[in-house]
Amino acid sequence: MNSKLGRLTGGLLLALYAGLASAAYQLNFQPPVTRIASEIYDLHMLMMYVILVIFCVVFGVMFYSIYAHRKSVGHKAEQFHENTTVEIIWTVIPFVILIAMAWPATKTLIAFKDTANPDITIKATGYQWKWGYDYIKGEGEGVAFLSALATPQDQIHNQKPKGENYLLEVDNPMVVPVGKKVRILTTANDVIHSFWVPAFGIKQDAIPGFVRDTWFKAEKEGIYRGQCAELCGKDHGFMPIVVEVVSAQKYTKWVADQNQKKAAAAEDPNKQWSADELKARGEKVYAANCAACHQPTGKGLPPAFPALDGSRMATGDKNAHIGMVLNGKAGTAMAAFGKQLSDTDIAAVITYERNAWGNKAGDAVQPAEVKAARK
Amino acid sequence: MSAVIDTHGHGHADHGGHEHQPSGLMRWVTTTNHKDIGTMYLWFSFTMLLIGGVLALTLRLELFQPGIQIVNPEFFNQLTTMHGLIMVFGAIMPAFVGFANWQIPMMIGAPDMAFARMNNWSFWLLPVAASLLVISFFVPGGAPAAGWTIYAPLSTQMGPGMDLGIFALHIMGASSIMGSINIVTTILNMRAPGMTLMKMPMFVWTWLITAYLLIAVMPVLAGAITMVLADRHFGTSFFNAAGGGDPVMFQHIFWFFGHPEVYIMILPAFGIISQVIPAFARKPLFGYASMVYATSSIAILSFIVWAHHMFTVGMPTAGLLFFMYATMLIAVPTGVKVFNWLATMWKGSMTFETPMLFAVGFIFVFTMGGFTGLMLAIMPVDVQLQDTYYVVAHFHYVLVAGSLYAIFAGAYFWIPKWTGRMYDETLGKWHFWLSLVFFNITFFPMHFLGLAGMPRRIPDYASQFTEFNQIATVGAFGFGLSQLLFLYIVLKVSVFAQGEKAPAKPWEGADSLEWTHLPSPAPYHSFHEAPEVK
Repeated sequence: MNSKLGRLTGGLLLALYAGLASAAYQLNFQPPVTRIASEIYDLHMLMMYVILVIFCVVFGVMFYSIYAHRKSVGHKAEQFHENTTVEIIWTVIPFVILIAMAWPATKTLIAFKDTANPDITIKATGYQWKWGYDYIKGEGEGVAFLSALATPQDQIHNQKPKGENYLLEVDNPMVVPVGKKVRILTTANDVIHSFWVPAFGIKQDAIPGFVRDTWFKAEKEGIYRGQCAELCGKDHGFMPIVVEVVSAQKYTKWVADQNQKKAAAAEDPNKQWSADELKARGEKVYAANCAACHQPTGKGLPPAFPALDGSRMATGDKNAHIGMVLNGKAGTAMAAFGKQLSDTDIAAVITYERNAWGNKAGDAVQPAEVKAARK
Repeated sequence: MSAVIDTHGHGHADHGGHEHQPSGLMRWVTTTNHKDIGTMYLWFSFTMLLIGGVLALTLRLELFQPGIQIVNPEFFNQLTTMHGLIMVFGAIMPAFVGFANWQIPMMIGAPDMAFARMNNWSFWLLPVAASLLVISFFVPGGAPAAGWTIYAPLSTQMGPGMDLGIFALHIMGASSIMGSINIVTTILNMRAPGMTLMKMPMFVWTWLITAYLLIAVMPVLAGAITMVLADRHFGTSFFNAAGGGDPVMFQHIFWFFGHPEVYIMILPAFGIISQVIPAFARKPLFGYASMVYATSSIAILSFIVWAHHMFTVGMPTAGLLFFMYATMLIAVPTGVKVFNWLATMWKGSMTFETPMLFAVGFIFVFTMGGFTGLMLAIMPVDVQLQDTYYVVAHFHYVLVAGSLYAIFAGAYFWIPKWTGRMYDETLGKWHFWLSLVFFNITFFPMHFLGLAGMPRRIPDYASQFTEFNQIATVGAFGFGLSQLLFLYIVLKVSVFAQGEKAPAKPWEGADSLEWTHLPSPAPYHSFHEAPEVK
């Protein structure tokens, strides 16, 4: 009987061990790559040791008492119930331990808040549900782009196997040089988001209408992944942050590439596009910006996210439709895309929406019309 | 004998000497009896616990593996929000008010609560508020989905479900304030002759302090949510930067309510534990006076630590340091309480019936929640852990293993007095061990998830978080189902009136008035004449 039980337990333990060996049971923080993140790591370890000691002492006493002072072993209750000396002792000792903990914490906190003299300043803007990065000072000044989830919908809905970086991959990562102090300014367009990269030890809320800041100096090249850390609505779980830390040379090259791309993408707002060109481009813009709420089928998720297919907005007056996309609708999740998308993209997506699914408005919106509506 | 027989079998069948009282349903609707109202509070909160639990299990099912399986992201957010609101305002808080109603008059030798009719009103507001919350699932746009903290401006984006949620909170707030006024008045004016403040049972003390906290902060919550309502419908811009407002102001106001609220949910638990431990250690509570001072210190400190919930919002260095130090200080009085409980157990003559098991379980697991709380107080570490599963683990350690375990401890402790029957000890022990094991299977892995970087309130997660999430889901179902055992145990002694008859004082070491001066079950009207306390 006993040996059977032993074998069973052994087998279970072996299976558990095999499971532990194969799966990702990460028990601690991600490996830190900035000074602040390693200080946080060490602070956490230090506290863990202190807590472990307290835990062992306190519960050692409790379990000894449970073992020794039971009625069933015949222990008679003593009736003492007061002792000012011990009360003072167990008030003072925790207090001293706390001061010992507060000292290193204060040092790290002050370093954490020191955002002065950055080499590069990047503004991170939270949108429902993607990030916008504007390089506003230092090398790369003027580079600006949006960064959205790159994981395809069919992986999320279990129609395809999930990739290695499922939900932690974006179309355009933030790129920064190694060993430079990067100051991040955070703000938001709609609701509160939070910019979090665990390996850097930074998390800073992005608050609409206000600017906050934080900083990091990555000491190792690599790709670091984080996520929005403040509930921001439906797709809160789907707006990752990816930061690529590269060498100085690679960074210079990346900046040049970005500037070139920007020049190439600068389109003549007065160009006349054919309806088919607009629809083709609009479909892509729709998939990247609109489909999360209004759905690829245009059926939306009423009532929070209304259908476009057959809606009055998408089949009625063209100017109302342009106004809605540019300015959004206050008090709903419909964002103002005027600042996020170019005139051409807005013209394209509106043309697409008016002629996709069952919609047969038959008209096309030109970038010039969007430009005019912006005023 | 009375003409009115208790047809509900709650064990007051042999009460004597009361006249003209409706029976059946109307008895419960019109009752002004503190015991009836306490019973209703307790059943109400248990119902809400089950509803909130079903929501939680739905969440855990969705999180069993990566990908979107059974609920879509909007509904997921509604579930997290409603789970929080229902558990905090529907389950934990009313349960403690139920204990207060039953126990405070009996423990201080008073015939009833001071404002008996208001007592009825404060209870009956709750089902109304709970219905509003449940109805919100069925209005266009669904239930509130901005988290239980309903941060603006996300909460100004929601559909009419948010308005229902806000009204529900207003109503529950009014109920809490009335309940608290009643409790304060009862304790300060209706104690038996000779019972000075410093002779009151610890449970009464903790409720006195809690009631003051409630009166202080529920109006603050009402202010915050009224401003959200005005922003949503009346064109104000309290929390809208474009109109000159500030979204962060909502958080300051909310957490000025929210942090004392945390202690509102734990101080009465401390009180229950302070009754149970001496009773089963057969030894008086160690350091009674220092327990009173520690509880008061925790209550006072709770007003100056609120911004530790907002360390990542962005604050001046001096502000961060202040809130970090103030928060760390709370460890001192909390530690004093734990040490006093241990000193009460020390050299006692302990037995481990179910109430004592839950009380010891409380000390053990709640203290772990205290340790993670200390970790979160350290601002630089908190930056990494804020809004991750580590926080989820932390507050479930203090709210489930803390408040809920204390509620179970108290229920098993006083059920003999309330129903006149002993609960099934074997099943009670099973309930404890199942709850303890499954609780830790559910919530312990969440610490690791948070450390590794999994944000909270997400319906889907990166693949490296899969294993711990699966363990947590399995644990959650075990924990949820174990609570049905509690339902069965309670139904058995109350509704089905089974089980051994309880003596007036079934616990050898219990010494407060309800054990020493009243039979079991306690008569419908107790202490017509105040007992003399020496």
